[in-house]
Amino acid sequence: MRYVAIGCCLLTLIACKRETREVRPSPAVSGILGDMGAESALYPGGATNHLNVRNPYEGNAYALSEGQRLFDWYNCSGCHAHGGGGIGPPLIKQDQRDWIYGGEPSNIFDTIVKGRPNGMPTWGGKIPEYQVWQIVTYVRSLSNLEPKAATPARADTLEQKSETIITKKDGAPHQ
Amino acid sequence: MRQSMWHASGLNAEHIHQLGVVFGLLLSTIFLIVVGVALLSVRRRHRGFDQERLEGSHEPSARTEARLRWIVGVATGVTILILFGLTIVSVSVGKVISASVAPAGSLFVDVTGTQWWWKIRYASDDPSRILQTANEIHIPVGRPVAIRGNADDVIHSFWVPNLQGKRDLIPGRTTLEWLQADKPGEYRGQCAEFCGLQHAHMAFWVIAEPPDRFKAWFEQQLQPAVEPSDEDQRRGKEIFLKSGCVLCHAIRGTDAGAQIGPDLTHFGSRKTIAAGTLWNTKGNLAGWIADPQNIKPGTHMATVPIGSAEMQPLIDYLESLK
Repeated sequence: MRYVAIGCCLLTLIACKRETREVRPSPAVSGILGDMGAESALYPGGATNHLNVRNPYEGNAYALSEGQRLFDWYNCSGCHAHGGGGIGPPLIKQDQRDWIYGGEPSNIFDTIVKGRPNGMPTWGGKIPEYQVWQIVTYVRSLSNLEPKAATPARADTLEQKSETIITKKDGAPHQ
Repeated sequence: MRQSMWHASGLNAEHIHQLGVVFGLLLSTIFLIVVGVALLSVRRRHRGFDQERLEGSHEPSARTEARLRWIVGVATGVTILILFGLTIVSVSVGKVISASVAPAGSLFVDVTGTQWWWKIRYASDDPSRILQTANEIHIPVGRPVAIRGNADDVIHSFWVPNLQGKRDLIPGRTTLEWLQADKPGEYRGQCAEFCGLQHAHMAFWVIAEPPDRFKAWFEQQLQPAVEPSDEDQRRGKEIFLKSGCVLCHAIRGTDAGAQIGPDLTHFGSRKTIAAGTLWNTKGNLAGWIADPQNIKPGTHMATVPIGSAEMQPLIDYLESLK
């Protein structure tokens, strides 16, 4: 009986799958064009419609770490710091309604590709699209929106703890 | 010139070479003696398995005991002497080649290892004479060159076997080693500390030239990039400046000034591309730009979408940057 139990436990190992590193951007990724949400469809305050476009790198640990590297290399950190904000808005959000132009992957993709008023540059045509998606994955991981298994156990810089209290715009703490 | 410590072309490499010869000859002699004795003892007649074991039936005589003690004693003494001698030789060579202060009159070159290429910077007190380049170090023959090593991301190791031993490059810590080439030549170097996916494709070239040719090269490299000379190259420059290339690369004399990837100001004058991975030809360059992940899987060079009609002008422009 015991051996059967051990055998069953061992059998579960065949379900393990190592994430493969896709170093080459697949055609599907580079085929998506950065024009997914019409400008008129954006509403400040988070009530953005999000299009039915999936982030091809969602939950992908390699893409997430690449995004983290690019976040510094392309100087996103110059304005957004490492998620804490500065010249640009903070990207670590506890309340998802705090995203000005939406926090869905497709919204963040759009924001990077098209730029936004008051300082966010237009990166479309400069940063290749697969790298934009990698940055999107990293940005979402800052607010714990990516699976825990894909994010580093210990962040190099700022990290959002679930018990962190971030004040609302009117100064009152979120509960 | 083959990349090999057995083809020493400089002072320090000569020391290492001699050390290698001493160790190699002495230790292979000892190895041959030991193997020879072992083979002899196998060949000697031995007692069959059915016979009684020697230890049980035979008490060695006092003379045999004394002889054995003498042989073992002498062998131990000789071993200690050899090991001690090798230690002294090895440490003294190490001291000679790894001086912590560069010799007077050294040319200072800052080498920064980064995944997976080499940032080269010729230091100078005059800011207008600081030269930034990548993956290719030109040095004058007969003059000591002080390599100040550092690393951007992980530990790398700077190694030109024909000229000097290895020196680890550690992030945030400047290490120093000096080398001197006594013969003109092109010496290949290689990262000697595993540093990630493309460690094997992280090579560089040290090109030792007579002092006057080095000076000419240096003055030429200090110049900003040449302007495009025909319509095709002009278009190539435009494509370079409007595409993603400028996010990482610099070409002095243009708007491109990013410091993340290799400086391309005199790209066309280099021997190789992608840190010694490919010879610098138009075909190789086109392949590298079109699909870097195929040539160096994992490389940080981005796959920038360049249309087929744009590729030719772009590589024409880059190769014109002599």
